[in-house]
Amino acid sequence: MATRFWRNERFLQVLGQAAFLLLVLYLVYALYNNMVRALQLQGLVTGFSFLQQTAGFDIGERLISYSRSSSYLRAFQVGLLNTILVSALGILFATALGMVVGAARLSTNYLVKSLAKVYIEIVRNIPLLVLLVFWYTDFFLKLPTIKEAWIFPGPIYFTNRGIAIPWGIATASFRTYLWILMLGLLITLGMTWLLILKGRRTGRPPLVTLWSLVTFLGVAVLGWILFPQPPLTVDIPYIDGLNIAAGLTLSPEFMALVSGLVIYTAAFIGEIVRAGVQSVSKGQLEAARSLGLNAFQSLRLVVFPQALRVIVPPLTSQYLNLTKNSSLAIAVGYPELFSVSGTIFNQTGRAVEVITLIMATYLSISLVTSLFMNWYNYKVRLAEG
Amino acid sequence: MPRYRHSPIIRLVRVKSLFLFFALLAWACGGKNNGTPSAVQNTGKTLKQVKARGKLVCGVNSQLPGFGYVDPTGKYAGFDIDYCRALTAAIFADPEEVEFRPLNAQQRFTALQSGEVDVLIRNTTWTLSRDTDLGANFVAPTFYDGQGMMVRKNGGISSLEGLAGGTICVQAGTTTELNLADQMSARGIKYTPVVLETADAVFGAYEQGRCDAVTTDKASLFSRRVVLAKPADHKILDVTMSKEPLGPMVRHGDDQWLDIVQWTVFATFAAEEYGITSANLDQVKGSTTDPNIKKLLGLEGEMGLKLGLGDDWAYNIIKFVGNYGEIYDRNLGPKTPFNIPRSLNNLYTKGGLLYAMPIR
Repeated sequence: MATRFWRNERFLQVLGQAAFLLLVLYLVYALYNNMVRALQLQGLVTGFSFLQQTAGFDIGERLISYSRSSSYLRAFQVGLLNTILVSALGILFATALGMVVGAARLSTNYLVKSLAKVYIEIVRNIPLLVLLVFWYTDFFLKLPTIKEAWIFPGPIYFTNRGIAIPWGIATASFRTYLWILMLGLLITLGMTWLLILKGRRTGRPPLVTLWSLVTFLGVAVLGWILFPQPPLTVDIPYIDGLNIAAGLTLSPEFMALVSGLVIYTAAFIGEIVRAGVQSVSKGQLEAARSLGLNAFQSLRLVVFPQALRVIVPPLTSQYLNLTKNSSLAIAVGYPELFSVSGTIFNQTGRAVEVITLIMATYLSISLVTSLFMNWYNYKVRLAEG
Repeated sequence: MPRYRHSPIIRLVRVKSLFLFFALLAWACGGKNNGTPSAVQNTGKTLKQVKARGKLVCGVNSQLPGFGYVDPTGKYAGFDIDYCRALTAAIFADPEEVEFRPLNAQQRFTALQSGEVDVLIRNTTWTLSRDTDLGANFVAPTFYDGQGMMVRKNGGISSLEGLAGGTICVQAGTTTELNLADQMSARGIKYTPVVLETADAVFGAYEQGRCDAVTTDKASLFSRRVVLAKPADHKILDVTMSKEPLGPMVRHGDDQWLDIVQWTVFATFAAEEYGITSANLDQVKGSTTDPNIKKLLGLEGEMGLKLGLGDDWAYNIIKFVGNYGEIYDRNLGPKTPFNIPRSLNNLYTKGGLLYAMPIR
């Protein structure tokens, strides 16, 4: 006898899932409807067309052209690029510093080991916001005034208006030079491929890294000399009245944000690196040494590849944290995504739209980072079986 | 062969307790959607809520001495704070039934829109965009201000043009942030803004030398200069860059509430016009024959009832807080460190702009 359908387990499971899905959809609809009604009640309109209106405020630091007559959308893009800049630099420096701290933590030297431990324990137990405000008001704003600037060779100026360094300015030939560099890269890739083929044929590993570098640098230097006017001229900073002119000035807000994020995140990365290296069993190292590899080789060829698979997943979380933490910039006045959006939503009153836009943007940045790190994780996984 | 001990239905109920949770949530959210929204429905809502709660929630500034700040005894004080108290006195006949909610420039409008505060009295400039975009209404200006610029005396800057190439500190989410951009671009002056979230951060950065100048409403500059480490080292440039009429703000949709806040402001103007102070109030009330004063003090005409308040609403405002002149002098006048001249903030009969609509 066939089971009656309301006693059929399969049927009930599907029914349950379908009802659940319907309920969730209804919930989303109800929440949305509730919001729209609440906004209507106050006579507020919704929609994203306001992004085309004139922004009317100025932004101090920007990577793309922007003025007060640009649109809100443009202002949003300025903030987004600043967020990406700070996050990218932060991830780069935090990884480098974190690796060093992690290695120091494993050092056999008592002083080095203890210093690393003290650093980690102090930094990771202080809220990031406190660190940021500390770097801003108690360090970068405490630097001397322009008139009494500390000048280091370079020249590099340290002032409470920012840190000025010499910087290259692109001349007319810079674009052509970029093409030459691209060409150099292609030649180098071809060269590397040939070398690897040769290595397979002869069975002797050629010096791939060395020859590739020489080829690329050769093209780069040759291209530079060939131009009558060099593609880049050095722009030396100097003091001009109220501010530092020429060169590249890194503002105290930018410096405070990047240093705060790097120093904070590096402490966590240091611990991740230590955990990763310690997860590789001692026998692996002993085996490597007994095969005749020296200390550096056994670390590079045996320990590190195995440590990476433990390091990469938590490292991804740290990268995501760093990116999201950059939104604390509002406390130190750096105009990144969240800070600029705050001004936009205050001037337009479009809280719902702007917050949605902010969330979607951070989500996109995080998903891209995650995708890349997952791909990398897949690459370094332990090939088992 | 049965895979589970319980019947599928029981299992379904047990496992899907989450389902029930969502169902309840959806029901709760959906429930609020009944009925059509209408402005009429909301009239009177705010006053009812305030009375039911037993106190007024007033959105204020906590970082602007003279207007809204916490005094050394830990109490809120200032010009705007006194208007919160005046409103409370009109409703409850007691100026203390008020809760102050400190808000920074960026938080203030969201707090008002979402109903977190009943009224926003926080040196906020009346502009067309804010009146329309924010779903809120301005009530009446209580203080006529204009944007100014403060610089260090030893910096050698005496005009806006002198700031070319310089750095200017400004607070995020203010009209001054926009107006700074307008004014400087109109004059063709290039500058770098440093935009910080709170007034404390803005003036802190300026004091530490991050900026050549700091800009905000002039009265705020006078007020903040007093609390700098060396007030004498700073000067306020002799330019007024904008019109900044400051006043209370209420949500759209409750016209009765707007009336109450509006006439509270007018009552303080009228009291000064008629020469009624907190000191001579009872004497005037006992002896007056002027119909205007009689209406104001609730002796005839039932003005308070029309607002949904008691007839002694204005009497209580004057008794507990005082007239406009008293509020001004207490917080910003010659006996305070700020000593801001009244200029535009004087009665229309004395060359100012304060003009109470007739209370009749």
